[in-house]
Amino acid sequence: MTDLAATDPLPKPKRDLAPILLPLALALLMIPLIGSTSSWLTLTVASLAMGMMIFIMASGLTLVFGLMDVLNFGHGAFIAVGAYVATLVLAPFAASIQVDSLLTNLAVLAPAALLSMAVSGALGLVVERVLILPVYGQHLKQILMTTGGLIVAEQTLYALWGPQIIPMPLPASLRGSFIIGDVAIAKYRVLAMLIGLSVFIAIQLVLNRTKLGLLIRAGVENREMVEALGYRIRRLFLGVFMTGSALAGLGGVMWALYREQVHASMSDDLTVLIFIVVIIGGLGSIGGCFIGAILVAMVANYGGFLVPKLALVSNILLMVAILMWRPRGLYAVTSR
Amino acid sequence: MMILSGDPPRSRVLTLLLVVIILALAATPFLFPGAKALNVAAKICVFAALVASYDLLLGYTGSVSFAHTMFYGIGSYAIAIALYGMGPNWAAVATGIVAGLPLAALLALAIGLFSLRVAAIFFAMITLAVASAFQVLASQLSWLTGGEDGRSFQLPELLRPGTVLISKNLFGFEINGRILTFYLVFAISGLMILALLRVVNSPFGRVLQAIRENRFRAEALGFRTVFHLTYANCLAALVAASAGILNALWLRYAGPDTSLSFSIMLDILLMVVIGGMGTIYGAIIGATIFILAQNYLQSLMGVASKAADEAGLPLLPGLLHPDRWLLWLGLLFIASVYFFPTGVVGRLRHGGGKKSASASH
Repeated sequence: MTDLAATDPLPKPKRDLAPILLPLALALLMIPLIGSTSSWLTLTVASLAMGMMIFIMASGLTLVFGLMDVLNFGHGAFIAVGAYVATLVLAPFAASIQVDSLLTNLAVLAPAALLSMAVSGALGLVVERVLILPVYGQHLKQILMTTGGLIVAEQTLYALWGPQIIPMPLPASLRGSFIIGDVAIAKYRVLAMLIGLSVFIAIQLVLNRTKLGLLIRAGVENREMVEALGYRIRRLFLGVFMTGSALAGLGGVMWALYREQVHASMSDDLTVLIFIVVIIGGLGSIGGCFIGAILVAMVANYGGFLVPKLALVSNILLMVAILMWRPRGLYAVTSR
Repeated sequence: MMILSGDPPRSRVLTLLLVVIILALAATPFLFPGAKALNVAAKICVFAALVASYDLLLGYTGSVSFAHTMFYGIGSYAIAIALYGMGPNWAAVATGIVAGLPLAALLALAIGLFSLRVAAIFFAMITLAVASAFQVLASQLSWLTGGEDGRSFQLPELLRPGTVLISKNLFGFEINGRILTFYLVFAISGLMILALLRVVNSPFGRVLQAIRENRFRAEALGFRTVFHLTYANCLAALVAASAGILNALWLRYAGPDTSLSFSIMLDILLMVVIGGMGTIYGAIIGATIFILAQNYLQSLMGVASKAADEAGLPLLPGLLHPDRWLLWLGLLFIASVYFFPTGVVGRLRHGGGKKSASASH
């Protein structure tokens, strides 16, 4: 240990750039493999948009894992609930969705998304109090309880809305693509990317620039120490859990619009993707989660284009490869 | 005592329940006429063994695996593909067994070794991911597995319903190939459960329990926890694959819905928790309660739903619809994890008052 004079600035933590370079390298590597630049650009934009949506859904989960060591297998329920709630707003205003004006469309979409976030956030409060609080610190029971919660939520959705697939058409102004040269970029993907990026920046700002964020990061690293300093980490955790649930709801709305349909089984497929992202990124790391989401989406898109047969297991292969390289995920921020 | 590996039910009510269940299952072909009763009884046998093997993981090592249906499916598909491809003969049955069981064990070994490299907390998630990939794979490789339709096949001559072994004798019962198949399923399931009972009461089983209670301490005592956990995983996979084989033989069919789907995984979880984790006997109780409810409660719900519909009540018809029965089981599941973490068996053994060591973290 070297002595530091009081006036010296604190030594900067070393920046770990390798994970950031990974998606860039992957994208560049794909140019010669795919051949045509225009399809490469389309695929890259598609994977970025898909990655952002997955990131929005996974960000809350990784913080919940990291902060409180809570294994929530019911996270997918918030996604499905968010998507279903959005239909409550979108269905009555179906006419104004079909108007080809961005402003009119957004005037319906924004309240729908906000309502979804509010409902899934509120549901997060109930789930945390009823399902997670009683089995605090017991992984086995957490998995069982939240899996049970997922079943109940899914079945309730079926009971309320019926088991059929509900169509959720894209607003008229978001359909179609921007054509630049011979590159086609779907409009909705641009919007998804913008929303995803703003969520990422907002989370980073809150985590890195506010006292609340400082406490959350400290809690992820060492929960007991933060408690010992007199902060009520349970309340902090509840806040993070609700925010994460609300974000999952937002992600659900975006995903449903992307697929143009709503079904409760969407939570099952997405849960697997989200788990892979959280594992790849490293528990509790927002940056890792972001990179992990983009990597998963890239592998899905490029893989689907190059070797469609491989697309089925490509995510597993990606996870295996990353964990062989870094067993605790891209960024290991927790002390566990 | 020997046959139970020195681990009797330890409760008079539980013993009585088990005896009644086993006798009823054994006598089903004669007591309850009709195909449905026999189907239900065979399913209870298969699932009792499957759930018991899951209990080895969940109840005795404390690790949650979502890949158990994958092994079950491997067994089902192995026998189905062999019998479909090679025709209904005993060589095909043997091929299916010889191909399916080692494949399941090898896959369990691979998952075990891989998840050792990562934090233990990831185990459940990794198994979930692998299982879902396998499920997609099975439905996509339609030239081999028949895709979403699955594979139907013929059984060897001896096991077919048309084969009359003993024609109606003075008791008035006819023993045919179907009933022989049922007793095959019954006997092999029973043997597997007894074998699992033997495993968990061996020194090996005690080490598993030690790992469940405190992995670090078990390691500090000098046990290779890695070896024990992987071994337990492989054993459970073998029994699950065998149960899958029995299931396919009984149904004469293997498909995604009957052997691979995630809902079967949830069923297994429900059965093991309701019956009682870490007891093996809980598997028999849980499977019986669950499958009886699945087959007979649903019709009851249908009646209730119709009544609510006629009475003009809002919401209730939807909530009581027979297809929504998982909703009520889900609620029951949460309640039983919360209030009776030791399940029916734990309750019967300890009267509920005392806190049991098993099934807690």
